[in-house]
Amino acid sequence: MYVSERASLPKEEESDTEAADASVGTVETGAQSVVAALENAGVDFLFGVTGGAIMPVYDALYENEEMTHVTMAHEQGAAHAADAYGIVSGEPGVCMATSGPGATNLMTGIADANMDSDPIVALTGQVPTDFVGNDAFQETDTIGITQPITKYNMFSDDADTVGDDVATAWALANEGRQGPTLVDLPKDVTKNETEVQPGGPETPDTYSPPSEADEKIVQEAAMALARADRPVILAGGGVIKAEASEQLRQFAREYGVPVITTMPGTGAFPEDDPLSLEIAGMHGTGYANLAVSNCDYLLGVGTRFDDRLTGDIETFAPDAAVAHIDIDPAEISKNIHADYPLIGDAKRVIRQLDDAIPTAPECAAWRETCDSWKEEYPLDYEMPEDEPLKPQYVVEKYDDVTPADTIVAAGVGQHQMWAWQYWTWTAPRTWVTSHGLGTMGYAVPAAIGAKLAAPEQEVVAFDGDGSFLMTAQELTVAVRENLDLTIVVLNNEAVGMVRQWQDGFYEGRHMASEYPWIPEFDKLAEAFGAKGLRVVDSENVEETIQQAREYDGPAVIDAIIDPSENVYPMVPSGGDNARFALNEQHLEDH
Amino acid sequence: MHPEGRRNDQGIRIDPEVEAEHPQERAVLSALVTHEPGVLAEVSGLFSRRQFNIESLTVGPTVDGDLARMTIVIEETRPGIDQAKKQLEKRIPVISVRELDDDAVQRELVIVKVNGDDPDKVNAITEMYDGQTLDAGPRTITIEITGDEQKIDDAVDAYRQFGIRELVRTGYAALARGEAPTAQVKQPNRAPTEAQIATEEVSDD
Repeated sequence: MYVSERASLPKEEESDTEAADASVGTVETGAQSVVAALENAGVDFLFGVTGGAIMPVYDALYENEEMTHVTMAHEQGAAHAADAYGIVSGEPGVCMATSGPGATNLMTGIADANMDSDPIVALTGQVPTDFVGNDAFQETDTIGITQPITKYNMFSDDADTVGDDVATAWALANEGRQGPTLVDLPKDVTKNETEVQPGGPETPDTYSPPSEADEKIVQEAAMALARADRPVILAGGGVIKAEASEQLRQFAREYGVPVITTMPGTGAFPEDDPLSLEIAGMHGTGYANLAVSNCDYLLGVGTRFDDRLTGDIETFAPDAAVAHIDIDPAEISKNIHADYPLIGDAKRVIRQLDDAIPTAPECAAWRETCDSWKEEYPLDYEMPEDEPLKPQYVVEKYDDVTPADTIVAAGVGQHQMWAWQYWTWTAPRTWVTSHGLGTMGYAVPAAIGAKLAAPEQEVVAFDGDGSFLMTAQELTVAVRENLDLTIVVLNNEAVGMVRQWQDGFYEGRHMASEYPWIPEFDKLAEAFGAKGLRVVDSENVEETIQQAREYDGPAVIDAIIDPSENVYPMVPSGGDNARFALNEQHLEDH
Repeated sequence: MHPEGRRNDQGIRIDPEVEAEHPQERAVLSALVTHEPGVLAEVSGLFSRRQFNIESLTVGPTVDGDLARMTIVIEETRPGIDQAKKQLEKRIPVISVRELDDDAVQRELVIVKVNGDDPDKVNAITEMYDGQTLDAGPRTITIEITGDEQKIDDAVDAYRQFGIRELVRTGYAALARGEAPTAQVKQPNRAPTEAQIATEEVSDD
């Protein structure tokens, strides 16, 4: 079985990549140099689909024993699996594809990683350099297409430097604000001879991400926090990326500040802590959104204040002085004006604030108010005696029977929101989904990448019927690799989130959102060689879940849920977070 | 559910910083970038996809053959200019970015081809604008003028009477005035700055 030392454990201060150098054999071709560079970086898994222009690199992997290549069914699956691997392990996931359609099929996954700052390295084959620009077979301008959706991309044009290009791409994906990088590999460059050994992963000399925030602004931000009556911390995905969850927890507890997480920040702060107000945004909890709307001090950490979080920016935290910690200066005051811009690494800046703050804010009354909102607006759904089955119940049950470090993947849509809302999150790197890009089909390949990154942890993917149909073919990979994971399809025979919007904002005109016929997913799973299960009533939910968990390999539960169930609370797009709808009637009143 | 505070009746935040209507400004940005294929496309793509209003963009190599300098003129609000600078600086091939002061040395070049029916009058205008005749034939005269935008606009207007057949403008190239640095390499111990290289070259003579 796979042994990963990284699997979602807190990162050590120093990576062990240097030690790997000695084990890399002598390179003779550009392709071998690419492989050596990946080995130097400590890469364990490659997710890809082979093809003409990338064949030299695949050939160089033939005798490699250090890395495992996982052949995916589709390149989009390769990118998502690498993305999930990056989220769970904290280090770049690597995906590979050939030129032309192979490269274009990666795009959705690369764009997804770019939106969520997930570290991935994409290696794409390219036609030989002499053919580039001539519309050769399977040629496409991969560099041109990926420029807007990568942190950095490069066209390798020399066998002597191609390994270094890959090493640089890995380092850039990993350091600073993480993100996707891509190296385009023309076939002649990878085939050509070279004796040059690639170096270790290093960023260019000119690349220097900020580390500590301006001390004067830290002092001011700390003083303002100490004087605040109604402070909140808004923890974003950057907290997890910076491995700052522990610092944030200590900080919040020491100073008694309530914590809200964004969708990517979910898991940064444990939801079973009394200070947790859980999740904010369009489908966040009422209490979190009320706290954001009523706070007088908001410390945003590693968040880009996305529109699904803020709603109308004019009504977002209208009374608050905003302190914003981010490693990317371009995020400061981009969407929400920062009164205290704190540019730096989240872990270090939280430490700086901790050193600078003179006293804890006196906010016991505020905490009580927040608690009262929790009582007043709990996350809730109506539970019938047995049928129809409620999706929220399935999520809650699964959470009940699994260990706390269980990794949850999700696609995009209603099922994703139910999973997000009704799972109790306690650990970072356990919530693996597509946030910014909203990529349906993310769940199945993500579950594969997550399982390989953390083989000791249980993995469940919640998916929708629409979302599942987009990447269900990746089941073949889960079966072939014998990955012990479960996919729960919350099946309402519709693109449910679109239908919910049609009900709310398009007078119930269900255009293209309902499926007149969809496959029986349990039987589909069996056809792939996975375990197929079906559940239609609440009574059998727990037993079905246990059957799936006990099965040694991938299992799919087709959960036939109440098609009329919708996601609440909901803040209509561009709305005021304080005016969330708890049900359909509320939404109509807006 | 709205608390009292910095809000108006509709619950909208009242914050001079946020509420302020920012006028459009013209800003001249100088960017030092790695001199490699695709960087121009990357920078121009960045400006178009983030909807920054670009007036002109020029690029050319520097004393250091590995580096190129871009001069970018944008029309944006103050927050827009700041955001454009930050987004630009974030790209990996962009080494540094600096917004130049108003007193920076700025020049644009225009090449105008006019009908050659009245060469004396054309020459008089060319002299007036300190221009240079690049090509003169029986039917056309082609002139080069350099200067700031206003001077070039005026010159082009003056040539109109002869009938302008074609013209081309380069957009601004600019450097900071005097001792003030334009965008430079940030870590001089790793790579010499343009200024250092220039000094070395002078001392070699």
